[in-house]
Order: sequence, then structure tokens, then C-alpha cells
Amino acid sequence: MEKTLKKVDIIFEIDKSCSPLAVLDRTLQRPADEIILDLIDSGLKGRGGAGFPTGLKWKFTRNETSDVKYVICNADEGEPGTFKDREILDRVPEKIFVGMTICAYVIGAREGYIYMRGEYNFLLKSLQKKLDDFNAMLTEKGVDFQIYFKSGSGAYVCGEESALFESMEGKRGEPRNKPPYPTVAGYNNKPTVINNVETLVYTTMICHMGPERFKELGTTDSRGSKVFSVSGDTPIPGIYELELGMPLQDFINEFGDGDAKAIQVGGASGHCVPRKKFSDTIIGFEGIPTGGSMMVFNSSRSMYNVLHDYLEFFTEESCGQCTPCRVGCQQLLKGIEAVKKGDKPPAYLNDLKKLTATMKIAAKCGLGQSVGNPFNSIVDNFKEEIIY
Amino acid sequence: MSKYQVNLKINNMPIAVEEGTTILEAARKLNFRIPTLCHHPDLSVAGNCRVCVVEVKGAKLLAASCATPVSEGMEVLTNSEKVRIARKHIVELLLSEHNADCTKCFKNGHCELQEIASEYRIGEHVFLDLVRPESKIQDISSPAIIKDDSKCIRCQRCVRTCEEIQGVAALGVINKGDQQRISTFLNKPLNEVVCTNCGQCINRCPTGALTERNYIEEVWNAIYDPSKFVVVQTAPATRVALGEDLDIDPGARVTGKMVSALKKLGFNKVLDTDFAADLTIMEEGTELLTRLKKALVDKDETVRLPMMTSCSPGWIKFQEHMFSDMLDNLSTCKSPQQMFGAVAKTYYADKINIKAQDMIVVSIMPCTAKKFECERPEMRDSGYQDVDYVLTTRELAMMIKQAGIDFNKLEEEHYDSILGESTGAAVIFGATGGVMEAALRTAYEIVTGREVPFTNLNIQPVRGMEGVKEATIKIKNVKPEWAFLEGVDLNVAIAHGLGNARFLMDKVNRGETNYHFIEIMGCPGGCLGGGGQPIPTSPEIRQKRANAIYSEDEHMTIRKSHENPEITEIYKQFLGQPLSHLSHELLHTHYKPRKRY
Repeated sequence: MEKTLKKVDIIFEIDKSCSPLAVLDRTLQRPADEIILDLIDSGLKGRGGAGFPTGLKWKFTRNETSDVKYVICNADEGEPGTFKDREILDRVPEKIFVGMTICAYVIGAREGYIYMRGEYNFLLKSLQKKLDDFNAMLTEKGVDFQIYFKSGSGAYVCGEESALFESMEGKRGEPRNKPPYPTVAGYNNKPTVINNVETLVYTTMICHMGPERFKELGTTDSRGSKVFSVSGDTPIPGIYELELGMPLQDFINEFGDGDAKAIQVGGASGHCVPRKKFSDTIIGFEGIPTGGSMMVFNSSRSMYNVLHDYLEFFTEESCGQCTPCRVGCQQLLKGIEAVKKGDKPPAYLNDLKKLTATMKIAAKCGLGQSVGNPFNSIVDNFKEEIIY
Repeated sequence: MSKYQVNLKINNMPIAVEEGTTILEAARKLNFRIPTLCHHPDLSVAGNCRVCVVEVKGAKLLAASCATPVSEGMEVLTNSEKVRIARKHIVELLLSEHNADCTKCFKNGHCELQEIASEYRIGEHVFLDLVRPESKIQDISSPAIIKDDSKCIRCQRCVRTCEEIQGVAALGVINKGDQQRISTFLNKPLNEVVCTNCGQCINRCPTGALTERNYIEEVWNAIYDPSKFVVVQTAPATRVALGEDLDIDPGARVTGKMVSALKKLGFNKVLDTDFAADLTIMEEGTELLTRLKKALVDKDETVRLPMMTSCSPGWIKFQEHMFSDMLDNLSTCKSPQQMFGAVAKTYYADKINIKAQDMIVVSIMPCTAKKFECERPEMRDSGYQDVDYVLTTRELAMMIKQAGIDFNKLEEEHYDSILGESTGAAVIFGATGGVMEAALRTAYEIVTGREVPFTNLNIQPVRGMEGVKEATIKIKNVKPEWAFLEGVDLNVAIAHGLGNARFLMDKVNRGETNYHFIEIMGCPGGCLGGGGQPIPTSPEIRQKRANAIYSEDEHMTIRKSHENPEITEIYKQFLGQPLSHLSHELLHTHYKPRKRY
């Protein structure tokens, strides 16, 4: 089912006839299992990038037996080129709070946390006030749930859910071994739902508009819409909510400057799509999934520099605990430098590609596993720029 | 309740194992060896080196077998093409950031990375050399431990050891990404942080990143120096472990062969720390009884109970850093090593007519903290540094190899006399609970005139590998001069490993205990698990060494310290009696509070 580019207004919509709080009141009257069924039916998948079905995540956590459970909103938006959660936090925080509260009601949690990247602390002043009001409102209504902010400290890897828990627990932000998964043992080793900011807002909105209307948007594999952070060589950078399933060509027709040679879809850890593949590339889980970052590069950009920047970023932001990621990232970075300088032959790029295959299957977490995405897509499509 | 059984296949061989078993453990049951580096039987699972990855059919990712529990119907391949390529890559990556200067490395031949590299015959270096010049600057600030970051593979075994087993956390991970490394608080040198020099990190370091500061050359030079009279003393726990570094299975008692080897190496006299252990019991046992009398009869409120043993220099430094308000609880007795040194350069030097300044005292210790201890300024009561050099069990094994001695073929020999006679009570100093048992054997007999009421003198309640042990001995029918102890329940406790020590100290601090006497050893299992003992270490190996120690005890003719004839002699001829003025001068010491940062 081919879609075309369509702008949507769900996330930021302000419906005067039905406030988020009204959605909350209504939803808390419904049986929890019914809410889960709605979410599963809606086909909503996590908007952080990994795309796990949200309804199932809530269901698994609900099914765990534990006195203590947690809801965590992952607002550690650290992927280079992604800035949509900041906007959501700033403009519609109540929709996040409501999503968390609904989740808490469904799974049986009494505490929720918003883990927000340290760089967004400037938002805290206004957010804290809104959160205090919201918490007070919950208390007044007799809802046994409170939400707290936790500030991140600047490590990219802490956006990885298990590293985020470690960080929240006051430890080094290092990913854990899995299993166990968060639904079984997350924050403080208790069953935990951890959702991206945008995902939580969609849960609120699905409770508001019903799964049917949500399902009308998108494709079979990628239901609904998504907020995109558009940056780079575009005359109209910014935040846009678009229906999922569009070809990249549609996107560039709307946002390009007429000279785009590549789009990095999904941030530094995503895929680089060259101009010749724009028409064949679908944005969605059947094509290239994305956490929302769309970076446009025109012909004035050196793709060597782009890749070099990404590799520098990963070399610095790897937590450093596992070998494939810690050493692999350094080898990739130094490797393309050596090829550029002529210290290594162009064929060395093949050795490095094989290394990314190992990193993809042997690194401990998504960070190391995904470094091969930008590496291979840039090296394959812009080999001459890497070598010469 | 028996656990649920999980059925799986490893390399097409079916196996059923208990729920919760890891793939690695299951594979070992089928005798499939999977290489590991960050995994250690004493430590929590890290899953960070990734060399143990295996393929699980149907899974996109390889699984770290050390960290992945089995599941029903799982099909695992430990040596598929995917696994081999990935594992080789990972070893190549580790080597690319490793200063592979193997021939110059102290761990040459004992390095787990070297072993894997040799198995995979990593030839031509595929990847770029990432070793940073600045990482090659070693931290040589500590008299006991040398840290070389250029050899570090970031497995974090040392970090987990220091935190989980020892509760010290002197080592930690700093920075991230390519800058990540193992360091100390504020990156200070090891001698300026809370490091207790216990060396447990060395025992678990898979490479040469953490090693003991070795004094092999200094000792050879002393032996070759004709103007020096070099005496050597051997700690109780070395004789049950030395063989492990010389192709003998763990648990073998090699006392006689060790003595023979030391004589062949050229030491002028081969003597026994066990003699000093007996001496320690006389002093410490008397000190305990004296403290009890002061507390119970004289109602002297300045007397601190429970009294705590002071044999373990790692424990002493730990206490000085972490519980400096409890230093008065420590027995003032020096450790056996230092009592030996002080007596050797006074009483013994006099006896054999050698000037103290011409005597070199070398210790063979299961311990790295002893290297620190012998350099403490308090340890110069003979007028000279009482003990000159401390070698670990491992260093001795190296000297034996260097000298071309075929250890296995050596005839057993006896220690020289004097300062060579010892008892079963002394040898059990090497196991957790041993000092307590030795002290009780003597103290009970002093007080009651009878042997301790345990079959064959074996005080079972204080033995074993439990982290914290407690026992109560009822004192009955005492001699008239000890009437104040009649009917008293003597409460004792034992901890080994500093993590357990901390647990026990916290309990004491909270006033939840009524102990009279506590034995603490800094290392797991006591000295037999010391930081200077042969590598590897594991619960099984330590148990075997413990069995050997207790068997050594049973084979001794004399098994109570106060019956050692050389001890009787030294009091008669030299010291007078326990806690005499001279004893205080030579055999006792004091402690100093140290900061935590």
C-alpha cells in the first residue's frame, strides 16, 4: 500500500473540546485489558527507533507479578539529528503525563519517571510546575501514581533502556545483559515499561480517538504517523508530523533544496540513502525505520566528513564496556582515515565492512550493533568520496 | 524444591539442565569449551568481552554464552562459521589495543589473552595498532601492585573483585568510549588511595595489566652477595599452593620439596614463618586473656572488646582507612612475618653470631600486602628493616624455574633450626578460621588446664568457607587463677575477604554483637586464597588448598603452639614471658588512621 507524503496533526493537536485530562478520566474508567487490546489493535510501535509493539510491552509488564512496577518515559533524546521530543515536552507535556498515567493504571505502577537528557534541563522550570500541578491533580482524584523528573548526565548510551536504568540507579550508564528484559526486570530490577516520549503521546491519542482512526494512517507494517526532525540542507528545517509509509522521493520533493544527494534516515545510527534510491525507499518498518531524524545533504557536502563525524561520535559515545563496540568504533574511524591517507589500500574498506558484520551481531547493545548502518550505507554508496 | 529442567541442544547434542543455567555452563557439561575472558567463577557476570559468543538458531544476534540463560528448545552452535569469524574479530580487536609485548611481560606464559591468541593463531595484524603511548606509563607507586593500562583489556574483573569480594572499590571504570579505562579515585596513584594491596585483582587479571611488584632480582643479588647472610621464611599457605605453579595439581602439600628447593636456590637458612605463628598465638592469646581480665574483673572501660586479629596486612590497612575509630580493637601483635623478622635480626642473629646489618630476611608469602607491610615505618624494631624482601608464592615458583630445579623430583627436606620448628596450630593460620582455632587450642588450655573439647583438637565450627562464621565456647572448670572466666561463654566470629569483614564490622559498630574475639583475613579463604598465590583461583581450588592445610595440621606431631619447644626456649632465653617488656618492643606495634580519599 503505497502512501504519499501527508502532514498530520495528532501529537501537537490541541482539541479544546477534549483535553488530555478528559481523556485520562475517561480511560481510567475502562478495564485495563481493553486498553491493551486497543493498543495492540492500533498497531502502534515504539517511536524511539526500535519499534517494539507498545501494546505487547504493556501486556507483558501487566502480566508480571510484583508489588512494585515502574513507568519510565525515555526523554534522553540523544540521536544526532533528532529534536522532536524536546518540542513535544515543551508544547504538550500533559499528553505525556496522561500516557504515563494510563500505562501505570494498566500495569499497576505507583511511580513514573521522565528521564530527560541533561541538555534539556532548561525546559525544567516550566515543566516542573506543570508536573507538580498534574501530580497534585492525581492525588486529588485519588489516583495512586506520581511522576518525577530524572536528569541525564550527557551520555548518548543512556538512551539505551538498560543503560538508562543503570544511570537512574546512580551507576555508570552501561547497558545490561539481556535477558532479562525491562518488562521483567527494569528499573531497580522491577517490571518496567519504558516508552519514548512520542510513543506515550500516541497512547494518549489512541485512547482519545480510538485505534480505528489511528490505523487509517500508515501501512500494514507501520501504522499511524510519526514526528520527524528535519535538518541539514533544507530550506524548511523543523518538526513535522507525517504519515508513515511514504517514499523518500516524496519527502525530498517537499523538504529538499533541489540539490540533495543523500538523506541520513534515523540519525547517526541510521542509514544513508543516496539520491538514486529515493524513489525505492519507504519510510517505515518495512523500509527504513527511523526514530525521526532526517538529515539532508546536498552536493556541497563531503560524505567522508559525514561518516568521519559519525564515527568520531560513536568512538566517544560507546560506553566502552564491550570489545566489539569500544575497539570496533575506533578501528572504523582510524581505518577510514588510513584509507584516505593512503596508509591502507582501498580494499581495507572490505575488512572494515566485515568488522561491522561482527559488531552488528556481537556487540552488547544497539549502539555497537548499529554503527555498521551508517558505515556500510555511506561506504557502499559513496566509496569514491571515502577513498579519494 | 527441584528446579525446572530445560531441554536444549548444543552442537546437535541434547542436554537437560536446570532452569537458570547459562549456555556456557551447559556447554561445559557437554565438554564443549568456550573461551572466556571477562568471566570468572568468583565474580558476577559481566558479558562485556564477548569472546564467549555463540550462535542460537533463529536469533539475529549472537549470544554471550556466559550471560545468557538456556531456554526450552534452544539450539546452540559454539563453533559455527558466524561464531568463529566474530570470535576471531573480537580477539583481533582486543590485541589491537593491547600492548602485546609478551616476551617482556611478567605474565608471559600465564596470560589468558595470549592463550586465546595462540589458539586462534592470530598472525598478521589485520587491524591498526591502537595502543596509546601514555598508556604504557605504569603506575609503580605501590610497593605491592603494578598497574599497566597498556595491557588492560577492560574486562573489569579487577573492578568487580575490588568491589564485590573486597568491598574496597579502589579500582573503578572511568570515562567512556575510546577513553574508557580502569582507574582510581581522581586518577590518583595506587599508593594514595584506599587500595589495601591485597592483590585479589592480580589473581583475577587475565593479562599483565595488574601484577605484583616483583623482587626476584633483588633477592638473587642478595643470595649472590657473599657479605650477606640470607635467611628465608615461608608462610603457612605457600606450602599448599606452590605446586600449582610447578605442574602439580591443586591441593598438594609440597612443604618438604619447597624447603629443598629453597636450599638449592642458595638461601643460607630456610626457616619457617610457622614458628612465628606459634609465637603470635602466645602473645595474642595472652593479650586476649589480659583484655578479658581487665574488662571483666578490673572493669577497665578503656579496654576495647572484641579484640580483632592483626595478622593480615590487607585487613589492617582496610581497617585504618574504613574503620579508623576501631583501631584500638585490633590486637597489638605484629603479624607472624614481622615477628619473625624482628626476632631473626635480634635473638637469632645473636645465636648464630651474624650481625643484623649483614642479615637479609626474605619472606615467601601468599600475599602482596606483605610487601607493603614490611616497608611500614613501624616495622624496624630490630634497628633495621626487619623483613627486607617479600616474594609471592608465584615469584618463588619463577625462581625455582630460573634455577633449573626439577621440583617434582626433589627429595623432601626439613627446615633449619632454630626458628624452623612449628606446630599444626601454626600451619592452619593459612586457612580462614585457623588463627582462631590455634588461639582457642592454646587459650582454653591455659585457662582450664585441659585440651579444647573437640574431637582430635579439630574445632569444626570455626572452619569452612562461609563468609562470616560464629561460634561460642563455654569455659568451665577453670584453674583458680582464671576464676573470673568460670562459666563464661566465649563468643567468637570469623570473616574472610574484606567485603565480609566490612559486613561484620558494621554489625559490631551497630552494637548488635557480643563477640570477645574476631578473626579477620583480608582474602577469600584466608591466606590460602591470598593475592600472591598461584593463578587461577576459584572456590574449588581454594577448598583443595584448605583441605591440604588441615591435612598438614593432622600430620604434625605437635598441634598446639604453646607446646612448640622452640617457643618455650625463646621465652626462657630471650623474651621472658608473653607481653613482657621485650615482647612489647619487638613483637607488638600500633596502627594509624588513614583517610578514605
